[in-house]
Amino acid sequence: MAERKIRVLVTKPGLDGHDRGAKVVARALRDAGMEVIYTGLRQTPEMIAEAALQEDVDAVGLSILSGAHMALVPRVINLMRANGQENVLVFVGGIIPEPDVRHLLEIGVAAVYGPGSSTASIVEDIRKYVLGEKPIAQN
Amino acid sequence: MQITTVDTNCLADAVLEGDRLALARLLTEVENDTAAGREALDMLFPRTGQAHIIGITGAPGAGKSSLVNQIARHYRSLPEPGKPRVAIIGVDPSSPFTGGAVLGDRVRMRDLVGDPGIFIRSMAARGALGGLAQTTAAVVQVFDAAGFSVILVETVGAGQAEVDIARLAHTTLVVEAPGMGDDIQAIKAGILEIADILVVNKADRPGADNAERILRNMLELGHPTDTLYHHPHCPEPENPFNEVDAGPGETRRPDQEVWLPPVIRTVATRGTGTPELVDAIQRHAEYLRRTGEWKSRDQNRIQTELFERLKKALVSHWRSRVDDQAYGEALTDLTERRISPYQAIQRLLEAK
Repeated sequence: MAERKIRVLVTKPGLDGHDRGAKVVARALRDAGMEVIYTGLRQTPEMIAEAALQEDVDAVGLSILSGAHMALVPRVINLMRANGQENVLVFVGGIIPEPDVRHLLEIGVAAVYGPGSSTASIVEDIRKYVLGEKPIAQN
Repeated sequence: MQITTVDTNCLADAVLEGDRLALARLLTEVENDTAAGREALDMLFPRTGQAHIIGITGAPGAGKSSLVNQIARHYRSLPEPGKPRVAIIGVDPSSPFTGGAVLGDRVRMRDLVGDPGIFIRSMAARGALGGLAQTTAAVVQVFDAAGFSVILVETVGAGQAEVDIARLAHTTLVVEAPGMGDDIQAIKAGILEIADILVVNKADRPGADNAERILRNMLELGHPTDTLYHHPHCPEPENPFNEVDAGPGETRRPDQEVWLPPVIRTVATRGTGTPELVDAIQRHAEYLRRTGEWKSRDQNRIQTELFERLKKALVSHWRSRVDDQAYGEALTDLTERRISPYQAIQRLLEAK
């Protein structure tokens, strides 16, 4: 029997075209032995929820640098809940102001990684959550 | 999050009822080769054998994913009776060092979002070398049982020898792009041989005429022999359709219709050539059904798959009966060059 692989969707919701951060995270997760499904730019919340469902992922990473996180992230989370994927870890990366971070954590985002976050901590957080279901330390 | 507790009866039933989350879950179980996945497949297997399995292979960057996007779109634009549900399996390589993977086939398939008649699943090859993952065939079976009547399987970007897809698919597309190699590349054994349909993608680029000419010349040089792909280590299955005793090197009846692979030009990013390509795929399916080759390919696939699984099962059965210490000692003796690999095998097979 094959070992259980952690599957993560890394995606860019909305209209900004800055995908360097998403690619760095995708690469770090790959190097940590995870299977990363990368969707590319300009994804709608519907596209993201559909991909998360079809790929049966353990975690979804949303990279947003457009400032539209308060519109996009709740929509992704609601769609995923409607699909029965309320247990899937959702994490956000990008430039998110502090008050918004609190709000995102309240609506079900597990962690928000701003500039300077270490990829090792992202890897560690995902691994802990998926394998042990321990909550991520709030940042 | 651990889904080993899912009731497999429920899972298989939910998949048959069209539950997409259950389908996604079952694909994970099957991909991980869990007990739950195997049990569900036991239930679903009698319902398989309905789908047209289409393989898409070719070098990295030839445009396989974009082409899959267009083919799926075309199938979904057909009028209602005969409009198939389409499953897509995109296989990408796993890292040989960490086992991780970046699966990027969805990037080119954004046109397919929001259509409930399409289901896209990415798979990592997980160390398998033939262009597919070990469990791709089982994943195909799940889609087949779930009522997807067209299943598109996109391989890992393939070089010359990744030909497993020919064993899995009814129809194999080999995708080339201009500028990929000269006429000597085209007469080598391997990937071009397995093509039922040859596609020259990026046909708007310079060199497309040349690429097409090389492929056509290659086809003219060849004499169609046996198009059944045989596993190198599998005993050859008997072909019940060879009613006439064929002479040496001749495996088909003299009067039997022969499929000559068409060469189709496409520009996948724009959809140019897609109708012609899907038409060729449909003609190939009709040819397979008309000549009985559909059934012989099916039998060939099932027998090879059984052989592969049997091999795996026998190894793990044998390993469970061999004492760890004896195994370790044999390995040490081997690495110390005290015994040869053959002697090691002899000793291990006799060990209890």
